[in-house]
Amino acid sequence: MIKAILIFNNHGKPRLSKFYQPYSEDTQQQIIRETFHLVSKRDENVCNFLEGLLIGESDNKLIYRHYATLYFVFCVDSSESELGILDLIQVFVETLDKCFENVCELDLIFHVDKVHNILAEMVMGGMVLETNMNEIVTQIDAQNKLEKSEAGLAEALACAVSAVKNMNLPEIPRNINIGDISIKVLNLPSFK
Amino acid sequence: MALKMVKGSIDRMFDKNLQDLVRGIRNHKEDEAKYISQCIDEIKQELKQDNIAVKANAVCKLTYLQMLGYDISWAAFNIIEVMSASKFTFKRVGYLAASQCFHEGTDVIMLTTNQIRKDLSSPSQYDTGVALTGLSCFVTPDLARDLASDIMTLMSHTKPYIRKKAVLIMYKVFLKYPESLRPAFPRLKEKLEDPDPGVQSAAVNVICELARRNPKNYLSLAPLFFKLMTSSTNNWVLIKIIKLFGALTPLEPRLGKKLIEPLTNLIHSTSAMSLLYECVNTVIAVLISLSSGMPNHSASIQLCVQKLRILIEDSDQNLKYLGLLAMSKILKTHPKSVQSHKDLVLQCLDDKDESIRLRALDLLYGMVSKKNLMEIVKKLMTHVDKAEGTTYRDELLTKIIDICSQSNYQHITNFEWYISILVELTRLEGTRHGHLIAAQMLDVAIRVKAIRKFAVSQMSALLDNAHLVASSTQRNGICEVLYAAAWICGEFSEHLQEPHQTLEAMLRPKVTTLPGHIQAVYVQNVVKLYASILQQQEQAAEAEAAQEVTQLMVERLPQFVQSADLEVQERASCILQLVKHVQKLQAKGVPMAEEVSALFAGELNPVAPKAQKKVPVPEGLDLDAWINEPPSDSESEDEKPKAIFHDEEPRHVRRRQPEEDEEELARRREARKQEQANNPFYIKSSPSPQKRYRDAPGVEHIPVVQIDLSVPLKVPGMPMSDQYVKLEEERRHRQRLEKDKKKKRKKEKDRKGKHRRHSSLPTESDEDIAPAQQVDIVTEEMPENALPSDEEDKDPNDPYRALDIDLDKPLADSEKLPVQKHRNTEVSKSPEKDEVPVVEKKSKKPKKKEKKPKEKEKKKERERKVEDLDFWLSTTPPPAATPVPSMQEELSVNTVTSPKDESEGPKREELEDEEDNTEHDQERKSSRHKKKKHKKEREEKEKKKAKRKQPEREHEQEEPVQNGAAEEEEEETLPPMSSYRLLAENSFIKMTYDIQASLQKDSQVTVSVILENQSGSFLKNMELSVLDSLNAKMARPEGSSVHAGVPVPFQLPPGVSNEAQFVFTVQSIIMAQKLKGTLSFIAKDDDGATHEKLDFRLHFSCSSYLITTPCYSDAFARLLESGDLSMSSIKVDGISMSFQNLLSKICFYHHFSVVERVDSCASMYSRSIQGHHVCLLLKKGESSVSVDGKCSDPTLLSSLLEEMKATLAQC
Repeated sequence: MIKAILIFNNHGKPRLSKFYQPYSEDTQQQIIRETFHLVSKRDENVCNFLEGLLIGESDNKLIYRHYATLYFVFCVDSSESELGILDLIQVFVETLDKCFENVCELDLIFHVDKVHNILAEMVMGGMVLETNMNEIVTQIDAQNKLEKSEAGLAEALACAVSAVKNMNLPEIPRNINIGDISIKVLNLPSFK
Repeated sequence: MALKMVKGSIDRMFDKNLQDLVRGIRNHKEDEAKYISQCIDEIKQELKQDNIAVKANAVCKLTYLQMLGYDISWAAFNIIEVMSASKFTFKRVGYLAASQCFHEGTDVIMLTTNQIRKDLSSPSQYDTGVALTGLSCFVTPDLARDLASDIMTLMSHTKPYIRKKAVLIMYKVFLKYPESLRPAFPRLKEKLEDPDPGVQSAAVNVICELARRNPKNYLSLAPLFFKLMTSSTNNWVLIKIIKLFGALTPLEPRLGKKLIEPLTNLIHSTSAMSLLYECVNTVIAVLISLSSGMPNHSASIQLCVQKLRILIEDSDQNLKYLGLLAMSKILKTHPKSVQSHKDLVLQCLDDKDESIRLRALDLLYGMVSKKNLMEIVKKLMTHVDKAEGTTYRDELLTKIIDICSQSNYQHITNFEWYISILVELTRLEGTRHGHLIAAQMLDVAIRVKAIRKFAVSQMSALLDNAHLVASSTQRNGICEVLYAAAWICGEFSEHLQEPHQTLEAMLRPKVTTLPGHIQAVYVQNVVKLYASILQQQEQAAEAEAAQEVTQLMVERLPQFVQSADLEVQERASCILQLVKHVQKLQAKGVPMAEEVSALFAGELNPVAPKAQKKVPVPEGLDLDAWINEPPSDSESEDEKPKAIFHDEEPRHVRRRQPEEDEEELARRREARKQEQANNPFYIKSSPSPQKRYRDAPGVEHIPVVQIDLSVPLKVPGMPMSDQYVKLEEERRHRQRLEKDKKKKRKKEKDRKGKHRRHSSLPTESDEDIAPAQQVDIVTEEMPENALPSDEEDKDPNDPYRALDIDLDKPLADSEKLPVQKHRNTEVSKSPEKDEVPVVEKKSKKPKKKEKKPKEKEKKKERERKVEDLDFWLSTTPPPAATPVPSMQEELSVNTVTSPKDESEGPKREELEDEEDNTEHDQERKSSRHKKKKHKKEREEKEKKKAKRKQPEREHEQEEPVQNGAAEEEEEETLPPMSSYRLLAENSFIKMTYDIQASLQKDSQVTVSVILENQSGSFLKNMELSVLDSLNAKMARPEGSSVHAGVPVPFQLPPGVSNEAQFVFTVQSIIMAQKLKGTLSFIAKDDDGATHEKLDFRLHFSCSSYLITTPCYSDAFARLLESGDLSMSSIKVDGISMSFQNLLSKICFYHHFSVVERVDSCASMYSRSIQGHHVCLLLKKGESSVSVDGKCSDPTLLSSLLEEMKATLAQC
């Protein structure tokens, strides 16, 4: 079982939090803070597993990956394969990359709902639902299409307005690109 | 209207959407909280509007705020509103918010039930999908109960997208509503073979998750998973399955054997590291679960270790970490194979990654030897110095101590070195493990006599520098070492070089800042020290100096008297008074030393933790005897039943009693002494634990310690363990040289430089290294006459106790898996032959036990071992031989008999060869389904089979423990027995039935009904309907009503019979009960068809809930002793049948197994499907039989006895 999935940036700002066990908002924030604390002080070249602590039982592990400005952390119990989860994180990030076309932190900041939707196609209630990226992307595309068809005219207008709003603002920097997103772990072929 | 809508959406455009909110927050970094509260106000306004789009937008923003830590539970109702929006876009927003913030405590959650049900049945797959996803996060017991059947229907949805989600969510439903598991499971199992890989993966996922918690319930799925494992290409699924097998193998070792080959193949073939790793892990689990007797294991272990080495050598830290993790699992059972990779592990100690270093540390523990201990510890010490985090440093510290002290300091050759290491460790600041170091110091100083002098000198130095150690007293536990230091200096004060100085150090005012328990030790040991100083000075006739010391004591002790700690205060007051008294006498010129030191005369020996238990009961003392006469009223009627199992009791008593045979005792004592003499680490402890005066004649008992003077006892300067390493190297080298070359000493010195180089060469083996000192490690004190036993934790009074664990497990296994029962037959094949060699191989244990004086006891033990062996054999039978005995046993057990022609036998054997044993059960059922049978025929076959078995069972006559049913041929032939009873009969059809219980399902029984067409008509459309009672219900196909009948799955041509099975759910099994039912069918002949009915009453006897379960006599005895069972008895007169046949009958009809049989008395055991234990004692008199029963449930027992009475009455 996956107990929680957290994404936060290098400063510990949460970008996505998904808990598969109920916690109060305060506890959630505390878990995010502590996890960030644990993960962020680790060097780049150390292993991606952290044992114990945090959520509930003692057989829990933190499995994380660090991409440019973002940490992707999965808290799992002993029924999950460590390397399997690492692959899953990779699949998740690659899927985000596909859905957002060259994903960067800003995408996650402004479209956290979409990230949730993508995640929901991969992990459901703490259990891995789908590991095939193409399947995930297909479902997401189909849902987006459905959404568009529902929106119709009003939505188009809203889009225009939103564009106008954006014009008044300073340029949204798109350069915080996740540079190494395409780096595959060589010896870990993704699931298929 | 349209205008309004347009207006609404225009309004909306200027509302803040999520992006605006995020942007706003980012622009208000200074007053974020204020800005957000402002936004929340806006959101509240938006939520009040009717427009669902506005609401959805608001909820979307709330979800974001929730992530930032804001409580949004106040909007729960609005979230539900958005969930019920018709548009997918909004619905999704609603469900997302709900999944983020709903939980069981959310009160409005019950309002969602209907909405979710509607969404689940929505025509749009995405509506359904989003509902399932949301529900998976916030499902409550109520929701689970209400929606379980909806979700179950979805499991068979046409779209795989829905199917996989429905399958996956079932796990959550099971968790919240466990009752749903049983009905849903068949479908879930079906989904394991779904054509869609996603659905399949989801089903595997769910079952793995379930099986992880209760693996035994899922053993029966092993064949299916095995098939999946060999066919699936989805790595994710494979990993899950392989992990699941890892959990299953401990329960069924034979499964493990089957797994090894495919797993090894996978290891060789896969390129995915994740899969490889899990395979290796499971192979390790298999190897651990299998007894190590199998010869071909080493290859698998080698393969694992070799693959792990590749992982560890990989540059990827993750692989390195996991490799070490798995390696440590192997280490536990196969240390040798790991030891050869020491280099690698040591290398990992230098890794920059702390997690990896910790894992490597774990491994080191099993790798040390006499040769490399110093080197390894030295390396660890450098790490201790370097370590910056206290957690890692503490870990290092405990590991160093663990490594050094393991198996009674087995690897330490130089204790001075070890003491110095301990002293060096005290310099660690802020460690939590001061008490660990202290305990080691005490242990070593007490048990290694040769080291005391050195230890005392080190400890006094430590006391002198106490300010260093205790500088941060309150914070950390390192000051605990002062406890040890003070005690050692006090207790062994005769070794002190400068006792006066140490005394001063211990009386410093600073000491009062130490924790109370340490001060108390200080106070106590100050006196010991004082006593020895007095003695020295009086011997030297320095009366004045002696008085000065006393004066010092009188001056300094009051500081302790004022202590807030009671213990310190009390001790200090006592001692102060004592010293004052001494002072008074000293003033008069009375020599006091003798008397003061007499206070502390004698030596304290370490006492083993189990010592108390090992004190043998003196002869003639019966611990169970009443000290006072028991109250008389309990003696009358109640006493009688107590005596039921009286033939058991004397045995127990005997066991508890000490050996009466003096000769035997003497012999054993002699043997023990011999053994101790040969044990280098055993010091002959003095014959009595009583105190001895140092000058008493008992001195000879104190081992004389020979100190090899090649090592100077005192190393100049502060002790640096490194120096010892160097010295030790030299010493070893010298030793070797002396041994090998016998050269002159002068030459040796000249060539010292060279030697050192040589000495690092790993030429010497462990055995060559003689310890630096002739070290005697004092064993812990044992009481006189303590019974020697191999295992410390074994209670000497009950040698059977330790076998407990071994036997209970297989017993449980055999209960789960019917195939396991064949162990009986297998033993019977060749126990006599096998017993002897194997037992001998088992070395010490049996030998010792054979010394037992009592013949009977000896015999008992033999039996035990045979039984022990049985299990061992049955777990490692040659694969081809397995099916045959299992079949035979099936017959001999007789609870289920499958009729078959002789020619069918081999066919089935072949089948079973291919299939895993666990499939046996199912197969048997299905085969029974197919076969037509006639009762009588079957019985005859049975007898034939039994006859065929006979030759193999010859030896059985020697064994008192037998299954009654198995030996029916031995005496006289029994009338054929069948468990099938008549249910009902008319001119068309005859129904006989049997009820079988299975341990796997604690509330289900299977009723097998044989339907025999007795007419000339063709019978079809048969349907069995039963009127359920509150307690018993027939399991009907899903969806059918409570009163509906269950169709019989076949038709009967004239003269043909067939068997149908029906499952019943029973809640309480303690009472027998009858269910009324009707079989309706259409009888068709040439004249036409008629509708016919046959009423019947199905009798569920209590015996049918019992399962023949073998039980070993010691487990049986313990069960009886436990006192949890209530008892009852019956007596039946006028029985002429032989005891043997009686036993067989009861075994057969009531599903018992014989535990033990002596003459015409037998104890029997059985277990109910709900785990009640039933024990019987059957005694045959002249023409009567009495049955005494004990059972965990009195009602069940009385029902059973009634049934038995009926059976016996027919005899």
